[in-house]
Amino acid sequence: MQLSNRTKKIEPKPLNFWERMYLPVIFQGLNITIKHLFKKKATIRYPEVKRELSPVFRGLHILKRDAQGRERCTACGLCALACPAEAISMLSAERTKEEKHLYREEKYAAVYEVNMLRCIFCGLCEEACPKAAIYLQKDKFAPAFFGREEVIYGKDRLVESVTNRAKVGLDQ
Amino acid sequence: MNDLNVAFNTQKPTPNNVQLLESDGALTTLNLGPTHPATHGVFQNIIQMDGEKIVSGETTIGYIHRAFEKLAERRPFYQITPLTDRLNYCSSPINNMGWHMTVEKLLQIEVPKRAQYMRVIMMELARIADHLICNSILGVDTGAYTGFLYVFQQRESIYEIFEEICGTRLTTNMGRVGGMERDMNERAIAKLKKFLNEFPVVLREFESMFNRNRIFIDRTKGVGGISAESALNYGFTGPNLRAAGVDYDVRAMNPYSSYEDFEFEIPIAENGDTFDRFMVRGQEMWQSLRIIEQALAKMPNDGFQASEQHYVLPEKKKVYESMEALIYHFKIIMGEIDAPEGEVYHSVEGGNGELGYYLISDGGRTPYRLHFRRPCFIYYQAYPEMVIGSQLSDAIVTLSSMNVIAGELDA
Ligand code: SF4
Ligand code: SF4
Repeated sequence: MQLSNRTKKIEPKPLNFWERMYLPVIFQGLNITIKHLFKKKATIRYPEVKRELSPVFRGLHILKRDAQGRERCTACGLCALACPAEAISMLSAERTKEEKHLYREEKYAAVYEVNMLRCIFCGLCEEACPKAAIYLQKDKFAPAFFGREEVIYGKDRLVESVTNRAKVGLDQ
Repeated sequence: MNDLNVAFNTQKPTPNNVQLLESDGALTTLNLGPTHPATHGVFQNIIQMDGEKIVSGETTIGYIHRAFEKLAERRPFYQITPLTDRLNYCSSPINNMGWHMTVEKLLQIEVPKRAQYMRVIMMELARIADHLICNSILGVDTGAYTGFLYVFQQRESIYEIFEEICGTRLTTNMGRVGGMERDMNERAIAKLKKFLNEFPVVLREFESMFNRNRIFIDRTKGVGGISAESALNYGFTGPNLRAAGVDYDVRAMNPYSSYEDFEFEIPIAENGDTFDRFMVRGQEMWQSLRIIEQALAKMPNDGFQASEQHYVLPEKKKVYESMEALIYHFKIIMGEIDAPEGEVYHSVEGGNGELGYYLISDGGRTPYRLHFRRPCFIYYQAYPEMVIGSQLSDAIVTLSSMNVIAGELDA
């Protein structure tokens, strides 16, 4: 039945005598395997050699600090709202005078948790953040877990270290 | 079109024709699935066999039903994209784009040409990946592992291109309502060009192993056939319908995302059996390549997002600096901007067939009701009819050539 003018009928030619014999195709397959034996390897030796991931890869979350080392997050809750998997939860607190060197904004996240079992690494939290605070890193994955307690990442594991800055977001 | 109407009316509805028979010990009941390596997914077929022959069968669904349609009812539109990833996970970008286009239809957003072409490229890559999986796995099911091994490298290259565009490989969450999330960068284009160079060689090698291979043809020709009439009555679309001889392709019949700009052909076969399905998919990959080449060559430069400040997120830099952008950013993310009331249906040619989205909006931030028209769900209903009278090993290649994906079957 023809509904459009783009139709192309597939009509394979009948097999010739040589093709109708069973044996040649077996050797043909074998031939291809042998040829590939001498080609460049497609695999890499993983733990020693790592493939370069794309600069926009969506890996493990990180909470950024600004140039002065203050936490950027202001606990606005947009990331939690944008998360389709409902993986993020937080508790906000008000910054006191003595904490000015710790937090960039007057309100900050006292508790910030990402449940890595729920997270689907969709990247919507990164897109939602208006403070350039949360990013998905391109060179770190969420590791495998042995227990459920380890799965909920608190600020201790999410906030980047002051000395060893991650290369994502505005610093890139 | 008249032909179609006749075809629809002349046959009694089939889905209930097949029922399990009363057996007094003469028949063997066999559970193919839900965790059977040959079903390639979590679904069950109860098959009744008389000796070597299948006499009846029943299909069971729902093993990985995740209630996506219900979940979608309390999520703003942009958060539904990750759900669509998990329908046919072999070609998630097609699902994503189909969903974006549905929402754009509701919101009446005009997407710039560049974004449309980028979408076309991504969708065709996804189609190639989808067909590659189906065809090479069919090879594995007939005992030819070699083909599978070498074409999978190319699938890997496709996933790397996805990674450059959207940041991940399988569950892509690619594109946004109103365009794409970012423009195609140099790396992505380089990888795409490399793929366009390498893939034809590999595909030709793959075809040389199967297309004229007597063993493969013996195993697949005349196996699991379905007539065009019966296929239409079930509601088949996509490669499975085209293998039966009806050239229905949403890309040509109802062009979306600028498909009318490209030259391509719709391969059809006539018997609707496993071999024909294999050949149609194989030829479609060549056509997809053609489309990608044209899209890449003709790519216009008019931006990758629509300029709709109510629905499209402002640029990040502006959000950090300007109050107005920040306000719109908040409103969009919080889903505060209501969609108009209305009812839309949009369908795209998915890896497997017509993938439709039926969306009813009551004017709120979420869909009032959403339904996915999932081709796999339809194919699976026809499965018992297609395998009755054949042998068990034929039933397995039939299932694998129909490319029923559990995620799409169950939503
Ligand atoms: S990546 Fe997606 S699922 Fe994970 S925390 Fe962010 S928004 Fe939630
Ligand atoms: S990470 Fe960003 S979006 Fe999330 S609460 Fe902090 S500032 Fe808001």
